[in-house]
Order: sequence, then structure tokens, then C-alpha cells
Amino acid sequence: MSNMTPVKGKEQPGLRYPSNGKTIYHRPLNRAKTSELSQASFAYLFSEMVGYASKRIVSIQDLEKRLNTQGHPIGLKLLDLLLHREPARTQTRPLTIITLLHLIKQQLWTHLFGRAADGLEKSSDPTRPDEYMIIDNEPLVNRYISVPRDMSQLNCAAFVAGIIEGVCDGSAFPARVTAHSVGKQQAAPAAEGEEGGEGKEMWPGRTVFLVKFLPEVLERESFLAKG
Amino acid sequence: MRLTASIRGKSVICEKKITKPSLAISPLPICLNTEDTNNIRRGVIALLIINKAGGLIYNRTFGEGLNQLNSNDYLVLAGTFHGVHAITARLNPLREHQAAHYYAQQQQQHHHSASGSIGAGSGGGQGGPLPSRPEPPSGLEVMETENFRLQCFNTQTGTKFLLFTDTMQANVDVAMRKVYELYADYVMKNPFYQLEMPVRCDMFDRKLNSYIREINNSR
Repeated sequence: MSNMTPVKGKEQPGLRYPSNGKTIYHRPLNRAKTSELSQASFAYLFSEMVGYASKRIVSIQDLEKRLNTQGHPIGLKLLDLLLHREPARTQTRPLTIITLLHLIKQQLWTHLFGRAADGLEKSSDPTRPDEYMIIDNEPLVNRYISVPRDMSQLNCAAFVAGIIEGVCDGSAFPARVTAHSVGKQQAAPAAEGEEGGEGKEMWPGRTVFLVKFLPEVLERESFLAKG
Repeated sequence: MRLTASIRGKSVICEKKITKPSLAISPLPICLNTEDTNNIRRGVIALLIINKAGGLIYNRTFGEGLNQLNSNDYLVLAGTFHGVHAITARLNPLREHQAAHYYAQQQQQHHHSASGSIGAGSGGGQGGPLPSRPEPPSGLEVMETENFRLQCFNTQTGTKFLLFTDTMQANVDVAMRKVYELYADYVMKNPFYQLEMPVRCDMFDRKLNSYIREINNSR
């Protein structure tokens, strides 16, 4: 605390920096040895969030939209925080789609869930160059959730999709992000082969976050690539 | 008295099915096919969960070759057990004696702490340890027959877990603890589960099955 007291005569306006350059934003709020939170508390909180969002809904999409809206501001704020915590050289905001998605896969995922995402893919369909997929084999938010059969399209990781959308929007890559379960519904087509089938067996909660960028983002991207 | 009350409570959930609550069902919930399984060890045979109103909210059997009850009989079994459990919780030949002993102890403690606080002169209420309540009666815990052993675990909120095992199964307490843990995790933390209603959670089924298979295979 001693380096936070104002120096007499040298009143500087604005934020004061400690001598080592580490501000309070570099430290997690929880300063215990393992800066971890209780998963049970989070599960109960998230359970109530889902319950709150499912009041007076007309469709499953409606519920997913609400969960998405709950996550969006978190993404906007986390973008600033995570960039600030980066070393000074790489503190610039992402300029290309790949660096943005990499930031999400590595930094954002590690900050939120303590590990990187399990995969990052570009849509193989040439007619949809604007779609990217972030894959998580076992989303933390879905850990204790069993979706009833009559709501089988629902994936509560729509909340995480909202966070991703917030990060994309905040870094000026407007996008729509949706969460899809691919654990069991998709009947294994022959084209997918054994590997895909095995993945389904192993990861029943496997979730794909489909990131669909708006056309102007792709336009800018192609322009930048040429330049 | 309690028996009828509990059956009424249960029939709220399954009113169509129980028209005549006949209690003359077989006392064996799951009978082993005796001719070929006499020398096979079964481990954990079945799990039932009964809610606080005596309604059956979960039932599952583990392993092949078990005779099944029809769903109506399961409901009657759950209601009957609930009633019997309530009766056994009140049966106590030593009740009067224990109560008298308990109150005498309380009096003594109170007296002791009061004099202590005067001596200290702090005047901050009672200085002694908090008066303790007697343990609530637990009711029926274990029932053993020549074919199976029934262990009952009653939670603080009145939900009952019944675990049917073979008579040689060891560490049923540990298994029960783990089942309760799975229930607390995968049922109670599921936003789509409504309290006191039948448990339909895929995740709970999956984790329970793999756990039970693990203990049944390890013997």
C-alpha cells in the first residue's frame, strides 16, 4: 500500500501506477493460493440464471437468446481486462479474425475455465466462409445440466456463446455466436468415420460454438489481406 | 394413521395409477431367480428414491436377470415404506427415560453456565456451551433378509434413499454416500429439475450406472 500514497507536491491526475507497473487490474480479486471459485456455487447460480431466463419464454430460441444476452456484457468487459493483462508488446487488440479467435481460444478460455478450448475450426463449406467453430468437449457451465427431452435443441452454453459474442463485438468484429450440442443427436454419418463416432462416445456434452461474422468483417478481412 | 396419510400424499403424484392401495404385495421387492443365481454375487441390486411425501421419484435396478415389479407396485412399495419408516421413527421403548435424562442434563448445564457468567461478571448472556438438541429419531435404517439387504438413508430434508444390495456387500455406507453426492450434484444442480417430482436426468443416470458398475465389477 505504501506506493499507493500520493507523493506530496507531485499530484498527478488520473490513475497512479505502482513502481513495478502492476496495477490492481493485474491481480485476481481472489488472492488465495489457488485463485479458484467453488464450482458448486457457480452451478447453483447458473441454475438460477437458467431458471430466471426460462420464465415466460415462447420458444427454445427465446431462452437461448436470453442466456446469450446475459453473457454479452461479460464478454465486452473481459476483452478489456484480458488485453490489459497481456504483456505490453501484445497489448493491441486483435486485428484479424485468426488472432481474435486465438485470443478467445487461449486467453478467454483459460481465464474463464482454467484451460484452453479443445478445438478451433473453419467451416469446411466453401459457401460459408464467414463461419468458424470453437469446440469445447465438456463445457463447464453444462457440467451438471441434463436437458429434458422436449427441449433437446437447447444448449445452456448459449451463455458462453454470449460471452464470445461480447468479445467479438467489443473488438469490432461483429458476429452472431450460437452454441450447438454435437454429442449425441447427430446420427454418425459414414463420411465422418470412426474418429467422429468415438468422440461422441467419449464426450456426450461436446459443444460447438458457431461464430458467424457479419459480411462487412469478411470484406475488411479480404481488403487487409490484399494490402 | 400415518400409513394412510402417506398413501394419500403419494397418490397426488400418481392419482390415476393407484385406485385401490392394496398393501398385500410381496415383501420382496426384487426376487432373484433362485435356480441359477444362488452362487452369483450381485453387489448393488437396486436404488429407490422416495420424496418427503412418500412418492417414488426414482427407481432403477442394476444387473440382468432380476424379476421386475410393475410400476404400480413400485409406487405402493414406496408409500408403504414411507409409512413404516414414519412408524419406526416414533417407536422407542426408552423414550420417557431418555427425555427425562436429557432435560436433567439441560438443567444442569443451564445452572452451571448461569453461575459461571455471574462469576465472570461479563453479563453477556450465557457463557457456557450452546444447549444441544437430542438427535432426531432416524427410524428404520437397515433391513436384512436371506436374499437381500435394504439400507435406508434419510436426508435432512426427508428424502429417502433405499439401496438394495446382496447380504454380503460391504461398505454400503460409502456407496450410499456417493449416490447421495451424485444426486446432490446431478439432480439438485440441474435447472430443469422440479423439486419432489420424478427424477429424469440423463447425466444422473449415466454417472450412477458407471459408479454402480464399478463397485459391482470390483468384487
